[in-house]
Amino acid sequence: MKNIDSTGHVTGKSLYLDDLPLRQDTLFGVVVDSEIAHGHILSFDASEAKNYPGVVRILTAKDIPGENQIGGIIADEGLFAEDSVHFIGQPIALILATSERAAREARQKVKIEYKKLRAITEPREAAAKGEYLLPPKTFASGNPEKQWDKCEYIFTGSTEQAGQEHLYLETQGAYSYPLETENLMVHSSTQSPTAAQRTIAKVLGLPMHRIQVDVVRLGGGFGGKEDQATAWAVMSSLGAYLLNKPVKVVLSRHDDLRMTGKRHPYSSDFKIGFSKDLKILAYEVEYFQNGGAANDLSPAITERTLFHTTNAYYIPHVKATVHSCKTNLPPNTAFRGFGGPQGMFVIESAIAQAAMELGVPSSVIQEKNFIKENDVFYYGQVAKNVNVQKVWNAAHKEYGFTKKQKAIEQFNQKNTLHKKGWAFMPIAFGISFTNTSMNQARALVHIYSDGSVGVSTGAIEMGQGVNTKMLQVAEQTFGISPDRIKLESTNTTRVSNTSPTAASSGADLNGKALQVACTAILRRLKSLASDLFKVPASKIQIKDELVFANGKKTGWNWEKLVYEAFMQRINLTESGHYATPIIHFDKEAGKGHPFAYHVYGLAFYEVTVDVIRGTYEIDEVDVIHDFGKSMNPIIDLGQVEGALVQGIGYTTMEELAYDNEGRLLSNSLSTYKVPDIYAVPAVIRVKPLKTGGHSLAIFKSKAVGEPPLMYGLGAYFAIQNAVRAFNSDFRKFDAPITPEKVLMGLYQKKEKTVQPSPKTAKANASK
Amino acid sequence: MISFILNNQLITTDKPEGMVLVDFIRYEHHMMGTKIGCREGDCGACTVLEGTLREGTVEYKSILSCLAPLGNVHGKHIVTIEGLEQENLSPVQQAMSDRAATQCGFCTPGFIMSLTAHSLKKEASDKEKTIASVSGNICRCTGYKSIELAAEDVNSELKNKEKNNTTEWLVKHGFVPEYFLTIAEKLKQIKAPMNNNKSGIPVGGGTDLFVQKADNLYYSDLNLTQENPQMKQIEFSNGRCFVGAAVNATEMMENKMLQQHFPGLKQYFKLISSEPVRNMGTLAGNIVNASPIADLVAFFLALDATVHLKKGNTEREIPLRELYKGYKQLDLNQNELIEKVSFKIPEKENVFNFEKVSKRTHLDIASVNTAIQLQVKNGTITLAHLSAGGVFAYPFYAYKTVALLVGKTLSHSTISEAAEVLLKEIAPISDIRGTKEYKSLLLRQLFFAHFVKLFPKEIHFSELIEQTENS
Repeated sequence: MKNIDSTGHVTGKSLYLDDLPLRQDTLFGVVVDSEIAHGHILSFDASEAKNYPGVVRILTAKDIPGENQIGGIIADEGLFAEDSVHFIGQPIALILATSERAAREARQKVKIEYKKLRAITEPREAAAKGEYLLPPKTFASGNPEKQWDKCEYIFTGSTEQAGQEHLYLETQGAYSYPLETENLMVHSSTQSPTAAQRTIAKVLGLPMHRIQVDVVRLGGGFGGKEDQATAWAVMSSLGAYLLNKPVKVVLSRHDDLRMTGKRHPYSSDFKIGFSKDLKILAYEVEYFQNGGAANDLSPAITERTLFHTTNAYYIPHVKATVHSCKTNLPPNTAFRGFGGPQGMFVIESAIAQAAMELGVPSSVIQEKNFIKENDVFYYGQVAKNVNVQKVWNAAHKEYGFTKKQKAIEQFNQKNTLHKKGWAFMPIAFGISFTNTSMNQARALVHIYSDGSVGVSTGAIEMGQGVNTKMLQVAEQTFGISPDRIKLESTNTTRVSNTSPTAASSGADLNGKALQVACTAILRRLKSLASDLFKVPASKIQIKDELVFANGKKTGWNWEKLVYEAFMQRINLTESGHYATPIIHFDKEAGKGHPFAYHVYGLAFYEVTVDVIRGTYEIDEVDVIHDFGKSMNPIIDLGQVEGALVQGIGYTTMEELAYDNEGRLLSNSLSTYKVPDIYAVPAVIRVKPLKTGGHSLAIFKSKAVGEPPLMYGLGAYFAIQNAVRAFNSDFRKFDAPITPEKVLMGLYQKKEKTVQPSPKTAKANASK
Repeated sequence: MISFILNNQLITTDKPEGMVLVDFIRYEHHMMGTKIGCREGDCGACTVLEGTLREGTVEYKSILSCLAPLGNVHGKHIVTIEGLEQENLSPVQQAMSDRAATQCGFCTPGFIMSLTAHSLKKEASDKEKTIASVSGNICRCTGYKSIELAAEDVNSELKNKEKNNTTEWLVKHGFVPEYFLTIAEKLKQIKAPMNNNKSGIPVGGGTDLFVQKADNLYYSDLNLTQENPQMKQIEFSNGRCFVGAAVNATEMMENKMLQQHFPGLKQYFKLISSEPVRNMGTLAGNIVNASPIADLVAFFLALDATVHLKKGNTEREIPLRELYKGYKQLDLNQNELIEKVSFKIPEKENVFNFEKVSKRTHLDIASVNTAIQLQVKNGTITLAHLSAGGVFAYPFYAYKTVALLVGKTLSHSTISEAAEVLLKEIAPISDIRGTKEYKSLLLRQLFFAHFVKLFPKEIHFSELIEQTENS
């Protein structure tokens, strides 16, 4: 079944936040933000701006009736800066005017004087100065310290990973208007309507029930609208509440790029030890996470980095520590993968470094260390239904890599102007919010007396097709035509206390809750039919809109049965609740069973580097992916391809750059490049692993949003290998691998790499 | 007053000619299908069709409504996604839907418009051209493979397109609504624009000015040059080629004569921005913008082009390479406009090459670009022109390198020696497009690439590297 929004999308009729018809007297908000990355505000003079034609009012922290606080996990972030500023782009005030243009122009007239303080942009510098968002977080098992003596080979090294801009095509925005008696209606482009609701209530000093947040759909989210959509919803609501007028705040692309956080950059050190037969015995890693100026979701992202520290491998002795460093950048935030890609990149780099030193392909080490059934992930979860080796075997059988690898070797022998490289990227990604309490959802189902069905859930549609999957759940549970079912907007008044649509969990959690609700109504309908046709309820079936008793047609259809139920005063509305069973996690001990299940997969890359120009092309990517039993193959394939390409962008061309003053240099789409149609792999093959699926997944169809993003890491290693086919001295782990890094790598001299430097991977083969 | 046809409706408006089209469509006319993604021509979400009446028929192309000043659409047919509305989905819409080539949907109207613009072209479709039509559209969700499949579907639907009566054929096959057949007549009714304000700010396609200062231009008087007939010609006479100032990149790229003289033209120009930007951006705009990495300037410097300037009745000619005086500084007087650019048509034995490397190969600004023109007779270099962008405060003509090359034997040692001179005469700076070390190395490599590409039998890359490392 294709996405139920398809027709609206291709005809331009689908509505997004900025497309909503405006109410009379709508005001437009433009955010005044800090021009420096760190300092004190000495004076704030908005007098000229206030008098600018069209300007109605300028709001600052002083106008906030409740708390000036929007921090999601930790209360460390004001809506507006008061005395000091901590990043360029930090909101200080909101200009409200009768047109967006007037507000924008008035912004030029605001004069702010600062006392500049030194800005920190690098996490290691923050760590050296003791600037942390949180105390260091360590997960460990066994005792690596005691293992080094037993290791045949030990390698140490460092890695660098830049951040990533979400670049949802629709920028952040919200539209709020007053309803009667201190009630507000808020349209927001958010993945977390409840977070927006809770925070608006806190800032306005109102109870949550007065705030109604409604979301039709997002023009892309990718995690960037999980926590960071809140501020704009709060601002528009503050304006609407104080002025009793509709207020719209939609960020321009430049404002959005400057003001919002990105994927966390990491700088990491590793030490890895092997037995003689290349089993990983011990692994120690320290991550220096660039958290930005406030916590945002960093504590949760920290945990997911730790959970994916060993990726798809079993390592008996592990110690992993994340230093969440406070810097003067916008608070970094959720981005598809949520710290997972950062953890996985380091272990894959450690393996790659070992492979280079030992003169074997990484794949030899990868295959020897895959996690197996009943092995224990180092955070305590026993591995069940493990598919790593299965995926590996299936991929080799389907795609015949030996032949491809040979062909690449021959190509490199023959060609001087181009070199090819290959790499495998295996993944094991845990599904569930790592914060156990968030693994719950609700759904509300109405069956109307004409037989049509309205479905509300807490899931946000942002292109991933969750609404289509919800419709499938209702359709298949009831046994009726999809045309009868309408997916309502996500609305906090209809479905309360929602978890964000994040962690790949939207379809599982909300789908299961919807299943509960539909099943309950169905039970009542069947009970009615049982009375009508004098057979036990268990012998009643609804299929293709028809009511069957004992497998025989009754002559009744859905419409008739529903109407009869209504006439007999049977409840045709139900709310379902679902909480993932089994999972638990002790955050202090770093042990437990945090995930409902894991998603597995493998990607193989073949790339070609142009030795003269330093440019590269990704020729082929072959994937075997563990979809479980996909409930919607075309949507799930789109998720795999889209995530894969976003992951490739992350490790290749997407280069976020800040200067030493904390100023974003890649501050527009002309300087921040995401893949276009010519940049993607010439061929992407995705085949499903044949498996029965997992019962904790909705319809046994595994979560698919995030895991495939991490296939993208393979592009880094394949390109690195192609460069090494020309210059074997190249062994840097510094993502993204831009054409600049490739060209410099192709022609760098050996002596330059051996110089010790914290940023350069340095290998010491011991013993 | 500005008059144009928006979908099926004649519009007459007194809004400023410097208002960008997308704001008019969305916020004055409340048609919300056209999306805003970046307002700088880098995402394609705001793509619309622009139809121009030429010799009785309407020719369509894709343009970016975020950069098009309202003044530039006077007398045109502008089509938004709403203007494609029919009872059934068009084959383009159907393909994008069937192939699941739309996820969040925000970029989708832009893709639909680009593919529809492609369909409306008179020339036959092929897969490559169909894909090229969406080269200016960014999708962050799908990874493009589904869009490629949709484009292939569109291409096969266009297999039997008729070269004449194209619009009739397209209406018959549901690509565009029937009202398209009435547009030519309606456009004829619109009178030519009122006199341009010659003292206003000169604006060509708007692809750079409206990125830099859309807010200022909203209030300014504009001197719109895009439709100035004197500036739209590509002419060949007396051994020279004259390209009008308002000729856009697509018009150069599609010019059959230019293609004859530069067999690689289409490949070079494909590296310059994207199809809708090329449909808008003009030669003079690229020159006066004076960006150090201006692609067209790199191209014309290697042709040793002459710039023809005009101020009132005073005319002046100046070599392009002498136009630049410093960063964004030109030898240009107040109110002096570029009227055309000319160059000597290269002799048959001359060879030409253009190289560009950027972070993303397409729709990106170069880290370094360079073009070369060479004539080699009996193994001796008898003529050379070399440009380099991204390595100096303005588009750079490599005087010293050129001087060294001319008269020398074409050999590995000559090239290696020249590369050394080249790297000494440039002055790159480190910025978002690369460190200065990278830009130097990259220029050397691209300089080598010219010779490896142009003289594959005589010049070998590995020997160039060996020579360079030994010297």
